[in-house]
Amino acid sequence: MRAFRQRTIALLLAPLLLAGGLAQASTANHARFDALLGPFASGEEVTRACLSCHGKAAKQIMATRHWTWDYINPDTGQRLGKKTMLNGFCIGDRSNEAFCQSCHIGYGWKDASFDFTDETKVDCLSCHNTGNYLKLAGLAGHPPLVRSETAPGSGKFIEPVDLAAVARHVGATTRRTCGTCHYYGGGGDGVKHGDLDSSLNAPSRELDVHMAAEGLDFTCSTCHVAEEHRIAGSRINVTASDPHGAVTRGERSERNRSTCQSCHGDKPHQGNLLHAGRLNDHTSVLACQSCHIPAFARGGVPTKMAWDWSSAGRMDANGKPFQTRNERGQVLYDSRKGSFVLGEDVVPDYVWFDGRVSYVQPDTVIDPSTRVPINSFHGTPGAADARIWPVKTFHGRQPFDTEHLTLLVPHTAIPNDTAFWYNFDWAKALQAGADASGAPYSGKFDFVDTSMLWPITHMVAPKEQALDCAQCHARQSRLGAVPGIWLTGKHHSPLLDRIGFGLAGLALLGVLIHGALRVLSRRRRSH
Amino acid sequence: MGERLYLFTRFERFWHWSQATLIITLLFSGFAVHGSHALLEFRTAVEIHEVSAWLLMLLWVFGIFWHFTTGQWRQYTPTLNNIDRMLRYYVHGIFMGAPHPYKITVERKHNPLQRLSYLFVKVMIGPLLWLTGLLYLFWGQMQEQLSPWLGLQQVALLHTAGAFMMLIFLIAHVYLATTGRTPLEHIRAMVSGWEEKH
Repeated sequence: MRAFRQRTIALLLAPLLLAGGLAQASTANHARFDALLGPFASGEEVTRACLSCHGKAAKQIMATRHWTWDYINPDTGQRLGKKTMLNGFCIGDRSNEAFCQSCHIGYGWKDASFDFTDETKVDCLSCHNTGNYLKLAGLAGHPPLVRSETAPGSGKFIEPVDLAAVARHVGATTRRTCGTCHYYGGGGDGVKHGDLDSSLNAPSRELDVHMAAEGLDFTCSTCHVAEEHRIAGSRINVTASDPHGAVTRGERSERNRSTCQSCHGDKPHQGNLLHAGRLNDHTSVLACQSCHIPAFARGGVPTKMAWDWSSAGRMDANGKPFQTRNERGQVLYDSRKGSFVLGEDVVPDYVWFDGRVSYVQPDTVIDPSTRVPINSFHGTPGAADARIWPVKTFHGRQPFDTEHLTLLVPHTAIPNDTAFWYNFDWAKALQAGADASGAPYSGKFDFVDTSMLWPITHMVAPKEQALDCAQCHARQSRLGAVPGIWLTGKHHSPLLDRIGFGLAGLALLGVLIHGALRVLSRRRRSH
Repeated sequence: MGERLYLFTRFERFWHWSQATLIITLLFSGFAVHGSHALLEFRTAVEIHEVSAWLLMLLWVFGIFWHFTTGQWRQYTPTLNNIDRMLRYYVHGIFMGAPHPYKITVERKHNPLQRLSYLFVKVMIGPLLWLTGLLYLFWGQMQEQLSPWLGLQQVALLHTAGAFMMLIFLIAHVYLATTGRTPLEHIRAMVSGWEEKH
């Protein structure tokens, strides 16, 4: 909730001045359009006004995952997308729609009855606002149109959104508009990804060489190129290797335009006669990110490395839910959510990855005796389509059905008598979650250790800060646990070394003794 | 002062000493790359190792050319004649003040032990090192053709084995250079080219 409050403040402070700059890039001044004069009684009315000129926009949006939250992975056939996917953070969307769907680019998705074909439900402003817009958690994707409390009982209120003013100042997407949702996955700033958080709104060159506010100032869509509102790049169907040159302007290409290689090519290192070629050789094994993102969560915002739901529900001496914070004010325990491990400047783990990811689905039978990998990255060591990728490894502990051996989605966020955050009753919350998702539930539950991997691909450092060779080519190596590679400086044959140095030592000893005997014998002869 | 022999021409001396410098540099930087010591940063060690390797290969091209154009390659014709006398000298005679059993001439300036060991360095250790070294250098380009039957691991281990052999040769060679009538006699000859005849 705190995160949402922070977002609210950030949004309200976001300068409208920005709109001026963006308007200059456009040939139309939306501020002077009659259709946008308003007043608007609802977001849907704004959408109708947008569609009066941008007639195809809603249809385009409706064909994307941003709208459907539903996706069939072509590699695995698995049904993914936020609608049904499980994770180790807030666990699942079902039964919590009115809360979670504040990050849906539509209005009013509060349960399964949402009409996905109603074009007026598309929220153009969520991505194209230039400030002073927000969707409050709990309103099922609607912006607050009356003065509203940010969360029931929070005592914090925000003013209603002036839809007409926002509509007159629309512009292209920015890091901030995308980040409004993508920074805050898992319920707070930087929680999920580790390489996406609000520090990227105005990053230094050191934090992100492409997005640097004082430098190239890329927006998300500079790389995640959108065509008919379809946006390139996906973490659940990753282009893990892209062994091609740069895509040139005008080239007809089906390639994912969000890869490093689509701009830099696959042999990007130049200049240094001794090193450029060797570094380019590395591109057949390593993802660019492995060397060029030395650590994640580098912008001052911590990411959650672990989340233990099993400890949630403790009350303080007064029987009230409470939070425990560290010396920097960061929450380490929350009665509603459990305990967390935070990380900043985290050195990634490294795994072979060919882009295929498989997920534990709501109906997947798990083995609770070991840590359950909610997602698994696939890739054969050394295979032509696999690269060594940096990842954030997240550890969770979350409820599962002890009879059906499936992960469970708790009902947490909607203020009613079954939501965990308001009743602290797992039995009710899990039953309500199962009822909403339609998953079979035995009524018996416990907690199981889980893990998730998150590909690290943002927060690319300037080249001066790319990893030094010795970060991997040393006995203490970042890639020490990665199979299928021979790392000079790390790997060696202890037997060969023993024999080699042993024989050299014997030779040295031999010549020293021989020399000593020569000296002694000469001395004896001269006497 | 006895008679003097001009054993080592200017090129031969240049070749010997620059080769010695490069081999010692390669051993030092190579064992840094290998992780055996931390006196050089990995990246610096790789740079030094690679530059030295190219220089040594260049030197070898000239060396091979010189050996064949001058016919000096015949100096390394192996022989087992009198090898027992050589061994007996180093094991026994040298301590008794016995004269060196081998009579040096300009045409046969290496004794049978030298011939065998130098030949071994030239046709075994050297080629093993530069063959595996070139594979190592160009692994990125050759990997695809070679990987079905040769891995970088094998290349690396063979290269390391060659380095150990070279290290052992170096130890023995440096020591034996001191076994003239005075410790510096042979070394001086390798510097000036002139060997005192005795």
